[in-house]
Amino acid sequence: MVGLGARMPEPGPPPTVGGAAEPAIAVSRLTKMFGERAAFRDVSFEVGRGEVFGFLGPNGAGKTTIVRTLGTLIAASAGTASVAGYPLTPEHGVDIRRRIAVMPEAPGLYLRLSVRENLECFAALYESPVPRQRIEAALDAVDLSGRARDACGALSKGLRQRVALARALLSDPEVLFLDEPTSGLDPVAAGEVHALIRELRRRGVTIFLTTHRLDEADQLCDRVAIMNTTLRAIGRPEELRSKLFTTTLAVRTRQPLVDPDAVFAGLPAVDGWRSEDGRHGADGVYVIAVSDPTVAAPEVTRALVGAGADVLALSEPRRSLQDVYLEIIGDEGSRE
Amino acid sequence: MNLSRRRIAAIYRKELREYRRNRQIVITMAMLPLLFSVYPAIEIFALPGSAADELRAKQPLIYMLAIPAMVPATVAAYSVAGERQQNSLEPVLTTPIRDEEFLIGKALAALLPSLVVSYAVFGVFLLAVELFAKPSVAAAILRGPAILGELAFIPLITMLAIWAGVAISTRTADPRVATQLSVLVSFPAIAITTVTSIGLIRVTAPAAAMIAVVLLIVDVAGWRVVAPLFSRERLITR
Repeated sequence: MVGLGARMPEPGPPPTVGGAAEPAIAVSRLTKMFGERAAFRDVSFEVGRGEVFGFLGPNGAGKTTIVRTLGTLIAASAGTASVAGYPLTPEHGVDIRRRIAVMPEAPGLYLRLSVRENLECFAALYESPVPRQRIEAALDAVDLSGRARDACGALSKGLRQRVALARALLSDPEVLFLDEPTSGLDPVAAGEVHALIRELRRRGVTIFLTTHRLDEADQLCDRVAIMNTTLRAIGRPEELRSKLFTTTLAVRTRQPLVDPDAVFAGLPAVDGWRSEDGRHGADGVYVIAVSDPTVAAPEVTRALVGAGADVLALSEPRRSLQDVYLEIIGDEGSRE
Repeated sequence: MNLSRRRIAAIYRKELREYRRNRQIVITMAMLPLLFSVYPAIEIFALPGSAADELRAKQPLIYMLAIPAMVPATVAAYSVAGERQQNSLEPVLTTPIRDEEFLIGKALAALLPSLVVSYAVFGVFLLAVELFAKPSVAAAILRGPAILGELAFIPLITMLAIWAGVAISTRTADPRVATQLSVLVSFPAIAITTVTSIGLIRVTAPAAAMIAVVLLIVDVAGWRVVAPLFSRERLITR
């Protein structure tokens, strides 16, 4: 991946600019109804400038509809929002679209045209003052300079996805909406997209990322929102983990402890314990609930050694974002 | 509202590039009008020289004005519905383009090949009449004012048909259905030109001028009529 060139600020401030702390996206009680069916309901959140914000949820949760709404393609049924400093209203549609780019899940390329011709069309639609430079920078960013003359119809799915990403970079957006950007990509190509997202973040681009790949969201996102028609949780992945799950230490000893209650009960940093297998620690594996693992770990170690146990392992099991997601969404499953 | 010429040109250029890569589109556009011209041409070739007087009293060339009503049906009908089908509408509509700019770009792009095909079919028809009809019959048909009127009306009718096709395309999800509906929409024009050419309606020069002015106004303002039919939400979600 190479540089994307300098960001070109849009002339004139947006009408609601209130300072550096003003969010890139602010959504308040936003609702979209299709007849009687709610695509999403009463959703509120803010995305800070330069933040990578993950939007997670099962199929049919309303993720793509929110992206389309914030991208001015769909009108909200209720609630308010602002994007890139502009209120989400029909009068500001063009102003918003000048400052954002959307990469939909389906690349939607003109398959008979070459990669460069596709980008030329979009550079002109954005009225780029330096279209050639922007096209070259976008092609470089997704490592497609060598394929610029190829017809898009002749490209693999992964390469088409990269063309769509290059297209989204053409306008040098303030806010970039990426809808499943690594869907269908092999691990190497997905890794390149991740590197590009990190580079964009470094340059201050706000990224709104919808994805089903929870490991991807865990790696890339500053904060995530989990929704299923309504917003279920929002926060930093770490915050969500600590909110949902008790902090624990996992201990394994060579022999089962004779009296685990006596070993763990008196320790101030330990809130309780359970065995991993439900057999009262018969296999020598214990899960200890603690308030602060940095205080509890030495205490527990000393207590175990004092009880004559051979400690084979002591670790703090890390809950993944997938655990958080499954805990929140559970078996609600997809609505599609 | 300030419309951006650059964005209109971007859509126009993109469309023409697609036509160039897909020559079948232009060939398909020419097929129906060519078939439509074959029967009257054969009829004319078979006319005896004595029919010239009767032809002079009628306006046989007006029949050919049905052609520009038919030619743009395919491309205009495909203009929006085709983009929906290949999922390219959503990326375009998330750029700063206005609905009107998109529609004008599409309509202008459909105009160029439609005019080329309409004029070409008309030219082939005139050439065939000149070469194969009896000289007196050819002279009765190939009259300067009639040909000039034809040349003037072709773009006016073509543009009207384009706006009708684009309007249908904005409201139809399937390009095949849009094409069929666009062909159906050209039928009234065919009926009017047919009854006029056989003498059931007589179009005087002032009437023709008035019709031309009305058509011109409708053509130029067509985007204002079609734009309200263009609903981003409906196009993206249904």
